[in-house]
Amino acid sequence: MVSISNRYLPDHEAEALAEAFGPNGMRRRSLLGGGLAAGAGLVGGLTATPLSAWAAADAPAAEITVDQARTAPIPIVIPSFGPGVGEQITQVVTNDLSNTGLFKVLPGSAMSGTPDFAPYKAMGAHAAVTGGFSGSGSIRVEFRLWDVLAGQQIQGTAYTTNAANWRRIAHIMGDVIYQRMLGEKGYFDTRIGFISRSGSVHQPRMRLAVMDQDGANCRILSSTQTKLPAFSPVRDQIAFLSYASAVPRIYVFDLASGHQRIIGDFNGVPLGPHYSPDGNSLIVPVAKGSGSDLYSVNIASGAKRQITSSGGAINVSPSFSPDGSQIVFNSDKGGSPALYIMSASGGAARRLSFGSGNYGDSVWSPRGDLIGFTRISGGQFSLGVMNPDGTGERIMTQGYTVESPSFCPNGRVLAFSRSGASGGAAIHTIDITGFHERAIPTPEGGSGPTWSPLNV
Amino acid sequence: MRLKLLGALGVAALLAGCSNDHTNTGANTGSGAAVQPSGPVPGSEADLVANVGDRVFFELNQSGLSGDAKATLDKQADWLAKYPQVSVQIAGNCDDRGTEEYNLALGQRRANAARDYLVAKGSASSRMTTISYGKDRPTATGEGEDVWAQNRNAITSVQ
Repeated sequence: MVSISNRYLPDHEAEALAEAFGPNGMRRRSLLGGGLAAGAGLVGGLTATPLSAWAAADAPAAEITVDQARTAPIPIVIPSFGPGVGEQITQVVTNDLSNTGLFKVLPGSAMSGTPDFAPYKAMGAHAAVTGGFSGSGSIRVEFRLWDVLAGQQIQGTAYTTNAANWRRIAHIMGDVIYQRMLGEKGYFDTRIGFISRSGSVHQPRMRLAVMDQDGANCRILSSTQTKLPAFSPVRDQIAFLSYASAVPRIYVFDLASGHQRIIGDFNGVPLGPHYSPDGNSLIVPVAKGSGSDLYSVNIASGAKRQITSSGGAINVSPSFSPDGSQIVFNSDKGGSPALYIMSASGGAARRLSFGSGNYGDSVWSPRGDLIGFTRISGGQFSLGVMNPDGTGERIMTQGYTVESPSFCPNGRVLAFSRSGASGGAAIHTIDITGFHERAIPTPEGGSGPTWSPLNV
Repeated sequence: MRLKLLGALGVAALLAGCSNDHTNTGANTGSGAAVQPSGPVPGSEADLVANVGDRVFFELNQSGLSGDAKATLDKQADWLAKYPQVSVQIAGNCDDRGTEEYNLALGQRRANAARDYLVAKGSASSRMTTISYGKDRPTATGEGEDVWAQNRNAITSVQ
């Protein structure tokens, strides 16, 4: 039950969501408790069971770094997991890994038991996957990752779940491979929230939507106008700006339960919500008079605290450092929009960006090492990153409009929105090195992407 | 300037065409009826658009009111004084050469600037609401300063 009277989503939509994400459907947060290599854990109708090593003990992995893999992608054999859904799983894992540019996926024939490593070595493979798929209503996917050169099993896991969850198993296997081979968590078992745009370019319909990071399972969640969505960095929750009533309001929506509520009554007009790293509060720019100031709002209690006193300047796009100690934001207090950094409690701000043109869309990488931004100069947009001290500015891609960058959970890839002068906004992703830009297919146009944390 | 005027008039025609419920179409019903003056209903949205001017324009990243903008708002204030039953919404809009969130704040700044001017000219603030659409509702589409200039505006509409 939702206690507020001014519901944002109609009942049937909220119920459909609860159905889709709730205990009877695929339960996003319920999988693999305890980590990738954890023991069997029955949670929400999906189990992950470790498979014993057939060769020697499980081998250590991750001797190759992401930087090394960029110049020399890791050759890995991914065989078909069988007909039908098995083959589809193979395709999804292959796409996940190939799209990173860090793996060179080689096709192979299915094998059971300990593989014969000689042909894999002859192909130049460093790693290989074996496994298979069985069942129909309830499916079981066995998955083993092998170090071809050492001839050892790196990991073995069996996943059992409802057949409808097959894509999720594929993404989880991809994340296991990524983590075991590169030594850091992957980002395939994630989603992207965004604004689905349709209708006239002069007055577009703008609805909140969520999809898997590869564009599958896209769901439009709202029937009314929305803007500037933000995925919680820690839970299955999205905050966004709603135009459902005459005055724009901030909503927080729990995807699993369908619960939603309005956050805050502001003395002014709220703009986009931005989560703190612990997910417990939002920073909301509130427009009043000629400017906008940043307010911190506790989601549970609604308690508010003003962080900036702009004196008429616009302060927007706040983003926390991962440790929560600092905030980077976008302000025109110096005359034109630029990036600034300050303590999370407010106080003096230091200017970070000094290039020509205007800067905006400040967003701190979850890794802490980079700040992403949009730069507008000479009528052209650029998407870039810089170090948190303002040095090392680097442009990744350009276009008529490239904006709204959002980091994936491991900080290696950004989602953003690209559009031309006549519209046609679409969600793209790009590696932070500027390579591997890719359009994510969506049913309608897309803008304002926000990347979820790993679906833990 | 010429382009701005053409743009505004083009929208005026569009708005008039979309708001027949506000305009006097009675003259067109019934064959053989005497033709009556068919201008917009006084105090209506169409009247505001056709005879007063529903929008003012801004420079890039600015919310300052130009002489032309003040002249239009002066006429809007007079018009609001003449039709005290009318409530209006002032919508701030931006060109697409800014980010989503910055433009949302900038559109609000523009709407507030127009509202504050009208209040200073004697219009009651209780009759006016403001909203920002950022860059989501462009009047004109395409590339170049002529297009962008049309989209940097505050538009007053009858509620």
